[in-house]
Amino acid sequence: MDTKVAEIIASQPDSVLGFRSFKFGNFEFKRDAYFVHISWPKGSHTMEIDRFLRSLVRDIGWGFFYGWIFFDDVFGTQNHYGTVDIFAGTYSKAHRDSEIDYLETYPTEAVIKAFEAIANDWISEGYDPLRAPLETGSPMGAKGATRTDPLVRGFTPAKRMLGLPGDVSPRSDQSGHPINRAFEDVQFDQPEIITEPGFEGQLHAFNLYDHIARSDVTWNPSVTAVTDASICCVTSEEHMLPCIHGNDRNEWFIQLSDEIHWRIADKNTGMPRGRIIMRSGDVCAMPADIRHQGFSPKRSMLMVMENGTPDLAERYASGELKPYPVEALENA
Amino acid sequence: MSFQTQLGSLASYNKGTIELDDDLRKYAFSNIFEVAANSKPYERVAVVKNLNYVTEVVRAEGSSQWYAAPHDEFAVVMDGEVEFNFVKLDSAPTHEAGAVALGDSAQGKKMGTVRARRGHQVLLPAGAAYQMNAKAPAVVIVQTSFGPTTVERWSEICVLSSN
Repeated sequence: MDTKVAEIIASQPDSVLGFRSFKFGNFEFKRDAYFVHISWPKGSHTMEIDRFLRSLVRDIGWGFFYGWIFFDDVFGTQNHYGTVDIFAGTYSKAHRDSEIDYLETYPTEAVIKAFEAIANDWISEGYDPLRAPLETGSPMGAKGATRTDPLVRGFTPAKRMLGLPGDVSPRSDQSGHPINRAFEDVQFDQPEIITEPGFEGQLHAFNLYDHIARSDVTWNPSVTAVTDASICCVTSEEHMLPCIHGNDRNEWFIQLSDEIHWRIADKNTGMPRGRIIMRSGDVCAMPADIRHQGFSPKRSMLMVMENGTPDLAERYASGELKPYPVEALENA
Repeated sequence: MSFQTQLGSLASYNKGTIELDDDLRKYAFSNIFEVAANSKPYERVAVVKNLNYVTEVVRAEGSSQWYAAPHDEFAVVMDGEVEFNFVKLDSAPTHEAGAVALGDSAQGKKMGTVRARRGHQVLLPAGAAYQMNAKAPAVVIVQTSFGPTTVERWSEICVLSSN
């Protein structure tokens, strides 16, 4: 893998719409009122601007997540945990067959800086790509006032468990997170903790659903409990996951409330395999050889169980580990 | 615009569907409430398996044995009300991982009690023993490692053909 050293280069603002264009390595990013136009030495691609920006800020906030983030069927990133691939057409048969696919690898920090530079220029006040579409404005049109809120938020992981002394606190009215409109019909209470003298602070519980219901961001899993490398994440989901996640390991979804429709495709080719409708209480593995994209008709609560064991991506990629999690089912 | 949040329970759940041109065994699709409905009290049935890590479904009903693990575990009550009693063990568990059953008592000082209901997440700390009590059938999931009390019956709980 040839890792490139690159810095993002910004143009002067466009005289009509006010946005800058950017060059990073051999990729160029330009936007207009409706679209982003991405070009590379052998080809170019156009994406709807809302979907691009929603994918971009999540990719930054997730630290490029586990594996592949497909902004759409053509453009995306792959995390190598220290370096990141930016690719165009690499996982599209048509692009590969016509030899216009392209990929460059950069240090992770350089890609974060580049993506932040683009996001900071192209996202104006009044449009928040982490919010559900019904809860924010539009990114379309000319550049507006400069944003004053943080570009990414809600990604801070708990070290052991949310709410423990010294750890990340659950959301609350005091933290500026009221119950979301979609969960106002749910009653939330807190557990009772009765501690014997001498064990103060050693027992802990909190209302996880209340924490999720107060999230002001969507499709944004954040860590709530960690035991060794087993990571429990929770997230509130509404509308659609703007990007498509390609797994480099098995992960699991537990649908806590409502329902999500998952579109499943082959990871390498993008060929559709079908869909899964998960309802409250459903549990489903997302194997390491697929891409998935979720659609949540009503805001819902999702739990994601991840395995953060180091070198897992390489062990799956080499074939040492099978791309599905339950070997006991092989003979079923 | 008003909303009606759907939260499953032992008494009422609406399992989803899996419609794939793929081997469904790879997805191990199951439903927590269905698993609990078909479990004996305090069986710890794995519904998630990430190499050595599991999430277990527990049908809480009456009093459980005491359990302990050499690492933190985390419980989420999915339905009903469950009381968790805790004891600081005189001797830390020596098994490798997951929960071990200690029987009807645990040797050590009482740490206290947590009463938890739907949506509450409870720390089951390393080095402490815990016992669950539920006056009415309740459902709990436990984030833990595969251990001596983990029950695997994947072919019974998973959807193996398109429905």
